[in-house]
Amino acid sequence: MLAEKYAQEIQTILAKYPTDQRRSAVMALIYLAQRDKMFVDRKDMAEIGEILGISATEVASIVGFYSLYYDQPGGRYRLQVCTDLPCALRGAEQFLQELCHRLNIQPGGTTSDGLITVEPVMCLAACDKAPMFQVQSGAGLEYFENQTVESALSLVNQLRADAARRRGRNDND
Amino acid sequence: MTDHNQKLVSLTIDGTPVEVPEGALIVNAARLVGIDIPVFCYHPKMEPVGMCRMCLVEIGRPIIDRATGQPVLDENGAPKIQFGPKLETACTTPVSPGMVVLGASEKAKAGRKDILEFLLTSHPLDCPVCDKGGECPLQNLTMGFGPGESRFLFDEKMKMDKHVPLGELIFLDRERCIQCARCVRFQDEIVDDPVIGFYQRGRSLEIVTYSEPGFDSYWSGNTTDICPVGALTTTDFRFRSRPWELRAAASICNQCPVGCNTTVNVRREASTGGNWTVKRVMPRQNEQVNEIWICDKGRFGYHYATHDGERLTQPLLRREGELQPASWEEALGVAAERLGQAGSGLFTLVGGRLANEDLFNLQQLTDALGGQSALYTHMGGGELTTQLGFAPGTNFGDMGAQSVILVVGSDLEEEAPLWWLRIKQAAQRGAKLIVLNARSTKLDRAADWVLRYPFGAAAAAVMALSNALSAKRPDLPEAVQELVRSPELRQAAKAFAEAQDAVILYGCDSMSLSESASLAQACANILLATGHTGRVNNGLLGVWPRPNDQGAWELGYRPHPDLAQALLSAKTLLIAAADPVSDDPSYQAAFGSDQFVIVQDLYLSATARLADVVLPAQSWLEHEGSFTSAERRVQRFAPALQPSTALPPITTSRGSNRAQLLMAARPDLQGPQADFAIPALLAARLNLDIQLSSESASLVFLRMAQASPAFAGLNYQRLAEVQPQWPIVGREDLYYGGTTYENSQGLGAHLSLPQATPSLAWPQLADFKLPKLGMIAFPITRLYDRGATLLRTSFLHQRTGEPYVVLNASDAARLKIQPGAMVRVNFTGTQNAVIVQARCSDELPERVLLAPRSFGIPIQEPIAVEVKPA
Amino acid sequence: MTEKPYEYLLLRHRQIPELDNLEIYRQNGGFEAFEKAVKTMQPAQVTEFVKASGLRGRGGAGFPTGLKWAFIDNNNWPHYVTANADESEPGTFKDREIMERNPYQFLEGVALCAYAIQAHHAYIYLRGEFWQIAARLDQHIAALHAAGLLGEKLFGSDYSLQIHTHLGAGAYICGEETAMLESMEGKLGQPRLRPPFPPSFGLYGKPTVVNNVETLTNVPLIIAHGPEWYRTIGTEKSPGPKIFCLSGRVVRPGNYELPLGTTFRELIYEHGGGILEGRPIKAIMAAGASSSLIIANDQALDTPMDYENVPSVGGSLGSASVIVLDDTVSIPWLINKTIHFFKHESCGKCTPCREGTYWMQHLTERVAYGHASQQDVALLYDVASQMRGKCLCALGEFSIEAVISGIDRFRPDFDQTVQAPPVT
Ligand SMILES: Cc1cc2nc3c(=O)[nH]c(=O)nc-3n(C[C@H](O)[C@H](O)[C@H](O)COP(=O)(O)O)c2cc1C
Ligand code: SF4
Ligand code: FES
Repeated sequence: MLAEKYAQEIQTILAKYPTDQRRSAVMALIYLAQRDKMFVDRKDMAEIGEILGISATEVASIVGFYSLYYDQPGGRYRLQVCTDLPCALRGAEQFLQELCHRLNIQPGGTTSDGLITVEPVMCLAACDKAPMFQVQSGAGLEYFENQTVESALSLVNQLRADAARRRGRNDND
Repeated sequence: MTDHNQKLVSLTIDGTPVEVPEGALIVNAARLVGIDIPVFCYHPKMEPVGMCRMCLVEIGRPIIDRATGQPVLDENGAPKIQFGPKLETACTTPVSPGMVVLGASEKAKAGRKDILEFLLTSHPLDCPVCDKGGECPLQNLTMGFGPGESRFLFDEKMKMDKHVPLGELIFLDRERCIQCARCVRFQDEIVDDPVIGFYQRGRSLEIVTYSEPGFDSYWSGNTTDICPVGALTTTDFRFRSRPWELRAAASICNQCPVGCNTTVNVRREASTGGNWTVKRVMPRQNEQVNEIWICDKGRFGYHYATHDGERLTQPLLRREGELQPASWEEALGVAAERLGQAGSGLFTLVGGRLANEDLFNLQQLTDALGGQSALYTHMGGGELTTQLGFAPGTNFGDMGAQSVILVVGSDLEEEAPLWWLRIKQAAQRGAKLIVLNARSTKLDRAADWVLRYPFGAAAAAVMALSNALSAKRPDLPEAVQELVRSPELRQAAKAFAEAQDAVILYGCDSMSLSESASLAQACANILLATGHTGRVNNGLLGVWPRPNDQGAWELGYRPHPDLAQALLSAKTLLIAAADPVSDDPSYQAAFGSDQFVIVQDLYLSATARLADVVLPAQSWLEHEGSFTSAERRVQRFAPALQPSTALPPITTSRGSNRAQLLMAARPDLQGPQADFAIPALLAARLNLDIQLSSESASLVFLRMAQASPAFAGLNYQRLAEVQPQWPIVGREDLYYGGTTYENSQGLGAHLSLPQATPSLAWPQLADFKLPKLGMIAFPITRLYDRGATLLRTSFLHQRTGEPYVVLNASDAARLKIQPGAMVRVNFTGTQNAVIVQARCSDELPERVLLAPRSFGIPIQEPIAVEVKPA
Repeated sequence: MTEKPYEYLLLRHRQIPELDNLEIYRQNGGFEAFEKAVKTMQPAQVTEFVKASGLRGRGGAGFPTGLKWAFIDNNNWPHYVTANADESEPGTFKDREIMERNPYQFLEGVALCAYAIQAHHAYIYLRGEFWQIAARLDQHIAALHAAGLLGEKLFGSDYSLQIHTHLGAGAYICGEETAMLESMEGKLGQPRLRPPFPPSFGLYGKPTVVNNVETLTNVPLIIAHGPEWYRTIGTEKSPGPKIFCLSGRVVRPGNYELPLGTTFRELIYEHGGGILEGRPIKAIMAAGASSSLIIANDQALDTPMDYENVPSVGGSLGSASVIVLDDTVSIPWLINKTIHFFKHESCGKCTPCREGTYWMQHLTERVAYGHASQQDVALLYDVASQMRGKCLCALGEFSIEAVISGIDRFRPDFDQTVQAPPVT
């Protein structure tokens, strides 16, 4: 239950908006719900609706409209390469192809360990630093600019190592 | 649109001069002079959104000289008109003085063609198999304005799901949807159930529902009317016929006291032996009653009234202890004989589902025999609604800032959905809304003041409102003292007293018959004290359980204060459209063995099983008649289904010999008969000195108008009158409002109010307290119940659910009852007991159990119960 | 270039290290303008200053900022300020640099705007991808509270102000101001009908100013130095400094702060170091993916980049996102790129944009890679033309700019692909 797990954060978010406009907090609450598993399910949507006094369908509409929300499980990390026009003019498409090739996946696919999804995205406002990508995870979003396939692969390795470490810790719990 | 006090603006549309109120939108202005500007997303009942871009027109405006503020004139002295560079949307643009609108110019027509071509790129063009085919706005507009051929490659069309159930009632075809958002906006803006929405964006936009159950709304069917394509269809109608095969009959919904105007679409089918069958029920426009909406109960709940294997088709006579088929001749003969012997020992019990004509004839028969009659109901106070009811001309649609509306003791969306809707809209227009209930209801969301009274204290709560206004302050029970002290109560009372107009709707939520009568009296008092009676948009309205309860009260029927006793002491019982034994099995004991019982009904009800003679009655879809809505509007319904055998014409008259002669010449009666015909047939056999028509409902109505002052001056012609309504919907151009709302068969007419008004009387106020031990069960009403009628619409079963009771979570804990578990409820002082599901609520006080009526739980009034895990 | 080095006004962090530290920002005059305004100026005076400065919106439309503030309906309260930090136009990356490196100047601009219209709450709507920037801004806002520069009764006056961040979640359309307001209200980011415009009906239906980040970052300069000083920069009708986002086939892509009216040639060849590998320049998109394709001849290169002059060569300045194309770029490929973007970002509310971008995508895909015919090119042109002037908001209208100008001005590229489709 989000309401219990993130009670404090929810209060902080709600405090930003007028008391009769709680609905404004829906986007932030969906990010919260996505934090652990990188997607939101029906239960999350119903609960967010309850917190905000709107219907689960209204929450779902928001999930569906915006591209940084996911209603299906995917990789824990989404490595999103900008291949929009300005980046494409500086080799972003080849970069994406090559990276996917090295990871043995198709663009949009997820690595066999289920950890990393690599996908093309629209302009990320970093057009002068192509090739670039962002990594989205439940914890947030980070930009990686002026990349090479090698630097991207070493990041992938680091993410894998992090995940393994965290799994190890959980196993020891 | 019809407000005459508004300033008028002059403009021309396609060369036609138009004068419309300031602020009117161009589409609507055009419509008033018969010019159709095609629309998809625009709907006259909703705020314009301008998203489909179908209504593009050229708009020119007079050039205004900055210095003088006057229009610049051309060489001919006419104002110079400047046209914008772009086409503009007629649905979002208000008129302005001197505006020149071109809706039929080449440029406008080209614009429309472009938009249609865009819409068709994604459309599957599966008209031949589409339920909407034949009455589809997209189809019609494409024929009228569209491109002749498609330049879009067929294999590049977006493939989407075609049979998506949004629940058990409504199906979605995602390929046909044109994303006009009418359905989404209807659910959000109009009925405040935002349970369907868009998912994704751009060309991937699709309608979804995330409610449990899917599309969880009492209003879902309306979206299929306003959907301009065949994307939304009902489970009831989809794939079951084509619009052009259907015949239409004007009807009145008989599920609740609102009296929504409907159209019943029928066709003859081999599957029913060539008989007429209902294929769907649609709303029929009546801006004073239901506008263009109906609830799903009205739309889907008609199945019981059509041909059904279990319908009674011939009379039954008890022979050797068994009910056995008999001819009408035999059955009427036996019944007439026993009626003749009964005299003052006759007791006639009628239900509010009967038409005015039925009630009148039954009453005439009973009176002529010297018997007694009563209305079978659990709600009182009709003496007051017949005197202080809505004055002619009263219309929820006209209520706004000058009005206060008080709703007390009623869960309005469950009991009379359309009033919930119209009152919510009145509140949105500025009417002040006071909701006074023992528990929360959906109407609270729209209220200015939500006030609570303890269970059992409805009348006292209204007295508390009165007290807040007067210097004289009679003592009130302890239970409402907290309410008395609340500042909100005083504010609400003040608003009520000071309003130009005020109406009260009272119901019988959680009440007994006598409590609701007291509540009515308390309501009458405050209306009288504040002068809110006898004028348009003022008065008292009873939220009755049955469609024609008001008609019964107007005709003088009253509930019996001790029905069991009355039944028991009668020598002969005549029961029509009432089934007390189903509601409460303990009534069975009231049927003595030496009594003679005649029942007229559609089905072999639990009460009918105890009868000596059972006479099969027609449903309201099979004969003509009229209902009186609780707003005191009398409305006609037409025979939608021709009864399988026509009734031979007969009129009983003084010349009884002649009648017998006529009878002899006539073929035998067969099949169910109208409820008004049966007493007429009996009277004929009894040679009674009354004139009852068994054949013509309109003749019965005439007699009724002569005999009953309430109906004076009315006749079928009056009820059939129509006036122009706004918005203009229901014509060929159904893209504007939706599918078939035409009302050419009459808007009905209000009863006039009696001259004399009643005086203040002191309502009985019992100082009710919840017990320290045990529990009290309070009856509530749910729209979807498990009554004999609704159960026959099988696809509603999931919505209705199983029988249940609601209790407080702490009571549940104390009684070791898990939410959702089965419990045994024993009704103290009776043999009755039920095993039902327990639901928990945090809102209810302790010791209170809510039990829905017509769920197989024998509850008519608050009653002590014992609850334990089953 | 022997003149004294350009003194940055917006990208001041390029000369002042650690400007994202409140102390450093204050040591360099930060928040003096805000303090001066609250202590010594009437709210309307602040608006007057901005009006007199001639500042025009940097978010794309170039609308006079002071005039917008003056439209605020004073009969309806409360008022809101919403800073548009959605920055999603392909080729635009200036607001990000401001917020990352010179955040306090932007926040001071927000505060001044709020004071001018007497708003007590201001929201910054950031695209969801700016997650880290939002987190940093929250810290900066906290620092301002700690320093008494935000919060209740500022500088001993009765004026109070709170600033909040609001993260979007990936939708270009939310940069359109009314879609942004819808999104902030927790609804689908779909544009509203206009009129009414935000100054009369904005956030929660209340009067609201929506301004771009860069626009607001100009405001402290105007209040500190006065409108006359401000007007000495840039041109008569387009005063002030502007950040030009240079991207595409140039040697040194990046943000360049220059006075409005600087020529394309100066931006591309002097500052941007010219075209990669010294190739010939082919076309310029001056306003990101939303622009038409300007044929990069000498006349175009010598055109001053301001709101008046760019249209004379068949473009528009927009948010000054200059994407440079050289002779290696195939225009059919390019419009396929832009149409993919618009199709992906169309919100779906209005028919022509929803269906038109979808249809165009099928056609551009075929024209760029498939076996298209001349009819397909003609049809593409028709479809684009028939969207023109019919969309609910500018997204749809923008989506056809590159298509129409591309076919009009670079027809040979299309003839070539149609005759010999590239192998893919
Ligand atoms: C499709 C579309 C996207 C837009 N995106 C942005 C944006 O990302 N940032 C921005 O400041 N303005 C954007 N705008 C312009 C805004 O609607 C609005 O004009 C601007 O925020 C006003 O601020 P200004 O007057 O300071 O420029 C966009 C407009 C459209 C039609
Ligand atoms: S389902 Fe029908 S009413 Fe709803 S958006 Fe689609 S076309 Fe419009
Ligand atoms: S835009 Fe006017 S009817 Fe849809």
